[in-house]
Amino acid sequence: MRLLGKLGLAAVACLLWANVASADITVKWLHIEVNPAQVKIWDEVARAYEAAHPGVKIEMQFLENEAYKAKLPTILQSKDRPNIIYSWAGGVLKTQIEAGVLDDITDQVKGYSDSLTPAALAAFTSNGKVYGLPTALSQVGFLCNKELMAKAKVDPAAIKTWDDLLAAVKTLKGAGVTPIVVGGADKWPLHFYWTHLAVRIGGKAAFDAALRGENGGFAGETFQKSGELFKQLVDLQPFQNGFLGFKNPQAVGYFGDGKAAMTLAISTVYHLQRALAADKVGLGDDKICWFDFPVVAGGKGAPTDTLGGITGWLVTKGSPKEAVDFLKYFVSKEVQTRLAAANFIIPVVQGADAGLNNSFMKLIAANLAKSNYHQNFYDQSLGPSVGRVVNDVSAEIAGGSMAPQDAAKAIEAAWKQGN
Amino acid sequence: MQRRIASAWAMGVVKPTSSPRAVRGPTWDGRFTVLILFLPPALLLFTLFVVLPIGEAAWYSAFNWNGFGKPTNWIGLDNYRFVLETRAFWLALRNNGLIIAVSLAVQLPLALTLALMLAERFREAVALRMLFFMPYILAEIATGLIFSFVYDGDYGLVASIWRTFGAEPPHLLASTDTAMLAVLIVVVWKYFGFHMMLFIAALQSLDKSLVEAARIDGATRTQTLRHVVVPLLYPTIRLSVFFAIIGSLQLFDLVMPLTRGGPADSSNTMVSFLYNNGISRMRVGYGSAIGVILFAICVTFAFTYKRWFMRDE
Repeated sequence: MRLLGKLGLAAVACLLWANVASADITVKWLHIEVNPAQVKIWDEVARAYEAAHPGVKIEMQFLENEAYKAKLPTILQSKDRPNIIYSWAGGVLKTQIEAGVLDDITDQVKGYSDSLTPAALAAFTSNGKVYGLPTALSQVGFLCNKELMAKAKVDPAAIKTWDDLLAAVKTLKGAGVTPIVVGGADKWPLHFYWTHLAVRIGGKAAFDAALRGENGGFAGETFQKSGELFKQLVDLQPFQNGFLGFKNPQAVGYFGDGKAAMTLAISTVYHLQRALAADKVGLGDDKICWFDFPVVAGGKGAPTDTLGGITGWLVTKGSPKEAVDFLKYFVSKEVQTRLAAANFIIPVVQGADAGLNNSFMKLIAANLAKSNYHQNFYDQSLGPSVGRVVNDVSAEIAGGSMAPQDAAKAIEAAWKQGN
Repeated sequence: MQRRIASAWAMGVVKPTSSPRAVRGPTWDGRFTVLILFLPPALLLFTLFVVLPIGEAAWYSAFNWNGFGKPTNWIGLDNYRFVLETRAFWLALRNNGLIIAVSLAVQLPLALTLALMLAERFREAVALRMLFFMPYILAEIATGLIFSFVYDGDYGLVASIWRTFGAEPPHLLASTDTAMLAVLIVVVWKYFGFHMMLFIAALQSLDKSLVEAARIDGATRTQTLRHVVVPLLYPTIRLSVFFAIIGSLQLFDLVMPLTRGGPADSSNTMVSFLYNNGISRMRVGYGSAIGVILFAICVTFAFTYKRWFMRDE
């Protein structure tokens, strides 16, 4: 009993101490950004916010991408959860909303939200309620190395169709250049091929039909064909040796080191490759080129359709109002312009794209502006249980262990099981 | 491993050295007092940390549940059906079988051979023992990371060895043909020292007079080893086999940094398969079903083994 009494006293003491400590409000902000230059700006933004709001502390926490995805469900249900978390929107966000672990911040961002790109805000809205704020848009396409392309006499601007790409791969191989580098161990970089082919072959209509279970769902013709076309590429052995053992940051570094001619990547890799290159310099603006994902003969998707991310921040249940306030500051024209000027983001706040001063980033911004159909990454938009299967089968097609038809069937099976 | 030893002890596989008093057999009164004093805390801890979690996992395995909130979507035994229908599950099971086979066929004989050579107390032996035991001290995660560099086909040690022979180095962890082999090599490297130490400890506590008697009777060194020393080691060998098998079934923390079960599920173990499917995909019900299956396999093995091979201990 005496022990219990002591324990009780200790508990009370802890509570009191905690109360004293929480007189200052701490906003815990969990991110996955690996580019130190960008984190540095974020950190400065947080410190500036703290200076303007005495008593508020912004605490940055970091988790690596894959670890973050794996831990998220547990993190969100813990009492000590962070207040602001990173999100790719899509099915994962839907699950989180249904589970009731997020705050509805509609009222707090009223008025302010009008300043955001509507499509980007829509990705964080469900049933008219806003659960988070978008922060950046991105496009998936081929980054290329000008020197290596020139060495093999391949003109990146001339790669317009899938067959052009296959021909380019053959030419590059012939010239002794590794055509494409990819982080196959993480699997999702490989799913860009499969997904983007599906976007080109079937367009928005095919994806929506598959979600409704029409035309054979994800086992339908469009998705089988994307597997088959992907297989055509795989059969040319376009990737670096041991690509299934490469994690994405490793692969990005490999591209930055100038060891491969191309990489199918998110537009942010344009910058990330510098940070991850062995010499921390990477490929300068004069050495790097870009072309959009090639079109497919007879494909129903428009050449302007884009695949990419709509990323942003969510506020978790029970967070202090300062979390939303800070977020509004973080996604303000001022900060977005600053991040855009440093070429880290394609901004979502209207007018902030004036900050873009780099021709590459301007090009991506223009592409996104032209796009009538911006497909979020399948592995995010289909939710974790199905999305991971998309990644799995993409890696299996790439590794030659699964036939395209079986891949499409596996995704449909997962979709049926999960929904 | 501490944990594994503790659990083996709890299952009654390893018994603490009995005091002379216990050998004579306690009186009923004495036993009753012991029961009243020691059973409740043990029972409480066992219920709290073993029975409840297992029961919970079994309960979750009947739901299609993503881990958020409370499970509501009851699907009965469907999760088990889904698991058994997955090719990757059978691959993982096969891999666990492979790990067990290699542990028994390579690791333990290697450990025993080294133990027989190093059981004597001379200076080099002590140094060598420490050297061989070193991998076991290293954390699994660290080991995995180190070996992922060693195996790297561009910069790794393996690659440079290959290059000295003028060959294009392979990426061992990136091929479905070699990834599991690479994992197996690390498993043997990491754990043989532990078994070697067990054997050395047993060898050092052997009754020397038996060995001397054999010598006096004119037995050669090989004969002594084969007919006297090794049979005397049987209890320790049986224990080592037990640890090796249970450890193999639970292998996870080496696989994750090395291959994460890939490529194409070729190097998954049951536990990494559970993690990749149950946790990463937020299919907690499905993952629980895998957990229950793994638990059933371990328990069945532990009890069968104890009954058949460790009866007299």
